[in-house]
Amino acid sequence: MRTRTGATGAMAALAAVALAAVAACSSGTSSSSPAAGASSSGNNPLSQGGSSGTVVVGSANFPEDELLAVIYAKALEAKGVKVTTKLNIGAREVYYPQIQKGTISIIPDYNGSLLTGVVDKTSKARTTAQVDAALTAKLPSTLEILNPSPATDSDSVTVTQATANKYHLKSIADLKSVAGSMVIGGPPEFKTRTDGLVGLKAYYGLTFKSFDPLDESGPITLAALKDGKVQAADVFTTTPQIITDKLVPLADPKFNFAAQNVIPLVYKPAMNATIMNTLNAVSAKLTTAALLQMDNAVIVQKADYGTVAEGFLQAEGLT
Amino acid sequence: MSFFSWAWDWVTTSANWTGSGSIPHQILAHLGYTIVPLVIAAVIAVPAGVAIGHSGRGAVAVVNLANAWRSIPTLGLLILLVVYLGFLFVTWLVPLVVLAIPPILINAYEGVAGVDPGVKDAARGMGMTSWQQVTRVEVPIALPLILVGLRTGAIFVVATATIAAYIGLGGLGRFIIDGLASNEYGPVAGGALLVVVLAVLVLAFFAVLNRLVVPAGLRSQAKASRTE
Repeated sequence: MRTRTGATGAMAALAAVALAAVAACSSGTSSSSPAAGASSSGNNPLSQGGSSGTVVVGSANFPEDELLAVIYAKALEAKGVKVTTKLNIGAREVYYPQIQKGTISIIPDYNGSLLTGVVDKTSKARTTAQVDAALTAKLPSTLEILNPSPATDSDSVTVTQATANKYHLKSIADLKSVAGSMVIGGPPEFKTRTDGLVGLKAYYGLTFKSFDPLDESGPITLAALKDGKVQAADVFTTTPQIITDKLVPLADPKFNFAAQNVIPLVYKPAMNATIMNTLNAVSAKLTTAALLQMDNAVIVQKADYGTVAEGFLQAEGLT
Repeated sequence: MSFFSWAWDWVTTSANWTGSGSIPHQILAHLGYTIVPLVIAAVIAVPAGVAIGHSGRGAVAVVNLANAWRSIPTLGLLILLVVYLGFLFVTWLVPLVVLAIPPILINAYEGVAGVDPGVKDAARGMGMTSWQQVTRVEVPIALPLILVGLRTGAIFVVATATIAAYIGLGGLGRFIIDGLASNEYGPVAGGALLVVVLAVLVLAFFAVLNRLVVPAGLRSQAKASRTE
């Protein structure tokens, strides 16, 4: 099960402090507090919830989710919806209570992590349909998920382009005859968790030569794959190095890894038909390949989020 | 359950003592990850510290550099080397050598620089060459401090060699990192306990070494003046 970690803890803490400060101000009568002024331009989104004409698009504290928030926000603006963005709010534990209260109206999330992260930690749902059904059943009445996008950011068994060509690999199932000669790498827990080696054996009948404990789709895993220290590794499907290092994430038709489709989580009272149709139209055009290209642009090439988002919306005829 | 009962239960489980990746296997690997960097660091830092202490040249620069050098983050350097060099022998070796150099260098320098000027004058007055002054007088007198430097370096390295496991290698860090990743406290506590045991054995080893190589007359003197 994927978790986002990294150098964002401090940012999350800062965001939490800022949110607390803003909330304190909005409940009082003073509007001259410097903390309130710093939070947003003019209208304080925290004091209006979703009831007025403005929707608030939030994002978690990692680049891909910020990019998705900017894409959804710009698509809404193009349809004449008044939008404020609150990017980089924090981890799910921080933003989920916010959207439950309606202080943010829309946040791009991932269906599998949303389900097992906060909604139903014990859920065994794996396919997109199962996960979405479980979410629809278990989400609080104020929240709902819109249509899942085809774009996913999940764990995967990834090989180099050279390995894929050599053994004609497209899906994890194609590894059947070669897994015995391959070393697979991943985070240490990959060895024992059910969607790690255990699931690969149960669903695809794969037994690898050995397992190398590395990191969570980070620099060590990528270096090991590039170096040939491992021939396959657990890599997230929108890791920019998939493009720069020419890697091939193998398809997972049996959903060893639970679905992680990009999906807008929304606060129901803030929705109307225009907003929902616009968000669904964007989701329908988002693919893993498109998301990977855009991640590469903003993370590796340091391109501007707004420019990348507008480029995508224009190319897909969504503006 | 306390830390010790977790650690004890895990260490005394016989299944953890057999097979590949077992406790004896990882202790041996851990000793390898300790001894190799320590020997390399000693070969670099002891002669360098002695030379600087003897000549007095560049002492301020080198001591300050060595102190600044201590702030190089070992884990950060390890990951940097993995990314730029890949998985080579030097990838795990360099960060541990870097870690061990400052205490060895500074103690060797302090030991030689602190030799009584009167003794140095006497050695020169007896007609000793510069080389003879260093090898027959200054290094033997500095030996207690040189050993303190080596001991400190060894403690640093034995405790930090756990990071080898971070890049998929063995050693006692394997138990700690894998245990944390799979929420099993036994191997985490047990692995940490074994690192502590190794560190205590390192101390004992240097205590014995000190008895064997330092002349008896110097041992009492060194006790009074030692700095770490």
